[in-house]
Amino acid sequence: MKTLILIHFLISVLALTTAYAQQPLSGFDYLMQEMQEMQLDDFGNPGMLTVDAGEILFSTPGENGKSCASCHGDDGSKLDIKNIASYPVYSADLKKPLTLRAQILLCQDERIGSPALKHSSEQALQLEAFVRRLALGETVKVDVSGEMTPYYEAGKKLFHTRWGQVDIACHQCHVYHAGRTFRGQTLSQGQSNGFPGYRYTEGKAVSSPERISGCLANLRAEPYASDSEEYINLEVYMNARGNGLKIETPGIRY
Amino acid sequence: MRQIRLFRLSCLVAAIITTSSAFATESSSAPPYFEWKVENFAINEPLGGLPGDAKRGRAIAGNQSRGNCLACHLLPIPEEPFFGNLGPPLTGIGSRQAIGMIRLHVVDQSRFNPETVMPGYYRTPAQLNRVAKQLKGKTWLNAQEIEDVVAYLASLK
Repeated sequence: MKTLILIHFLISVLALTTAYAQQPLSGFDYLMQEMQEMQLDDFGNPGMLTVDAGEILFSTPGENGKSCASCHGDDGSKLDIKNIASYPVYSADLKKPLTLRAQILLCQDERIGSPALKHSSEQALQLEAFVRRLALGETVKVDVSGEMTPYYEAGKKLFHTRWGQVDIACHQCHVYHAGRTFRGQTLSQGQSNGFPGYRYTEGKAVSSPERISGCLANLRAEPYASDSEEYINLEVYMNARGNGLKIETPGIRY
Repeated sequence: MRQIRLFRLSCLVAAIITTSSAFATESSSAPPYFEWKVENFAINEPLGGLPGDAKRGRAIAGNQSRGNCLACHLLPIPEEPFFGNLGPPLTGIGSRQAIGMIRLHVVDQSRFNPETVMPGYYRTPAQLNRVAKQLKGKTWLNAQEIEDVVAYLASLK
């Protein structure tokens, strides 16, 4: 029996190391061809409706007559796309990581004078989708050194935590079993480079934290609030985990 | 006319009685949690000594909102499309494994493989993390359903 357990252990270790040695692959590579074509076609991609709505909001003036476009250019042309691809970044003022959505809402709040948008609102999602779309094709590059490290490690721990009545952790499906089929769906690596994206099974645009909430609901677990510390940490870890992938917003995913 | 009124009244009374008794069974029907014991990678005693029914077990295994075994396993249930392949095919599992081992795999596979992706359908609820509020303290399947599924799997020879 002891040898059996030892062999079992060795096989598991081998499986784990090979699984973790894999290169990051975009969720795009796990889609069927028709869905890939739909994503690449700006007129066929339903996520573009959200991006377009975000573009309108981007140049809609707030109470002090200014809009995002007043500083960042009409089509966001003055924004640094390399910077967009590096979110979440550490904010020295807030002493915590700032996600792209939190940054947009902060900026709106401080400079436009409009009533603050709710973090989970549709408009916040639309603005985030528009801004992230500007960096289409840019390489994801999240810096997790220095002050960001503890948040990265906290996110990593959450990614490897079992949740809910189903009692599964993220990595068990998206690292060990990526590429296998779960009922009719192909499991991807759970990369975030296509988010905010369009979720086919829900028929609507979702951001990465909203997609995680969907996963948690499937695991029969209690989701967190969209701006919770847990989701911020997870976004730090998951975006950094996909460093090197190209931004695809709005990606189409199952 | 009076007869119709009487009929309506009796219907109403019957409806009230059935709904209230439904509620009563609902609250009292939270099935008890039976303790189980692992011996040599098997649970040899049926949960609560309940007898399993293979026909009911087949229905639970194929039902997406109950057992949903098909999400990950291949099973001889041809009327259901789309089988997953996260887990091994279970065709003929009854001739490969003793019923006690099958029971452990359905009850709590993590006692066999700690890194398993398979949900524990009767895992001790206190061991679970952040379960949805309405499901707190409950197992996925109840003891009778577990025994039915076990009986079905053991019948696949």
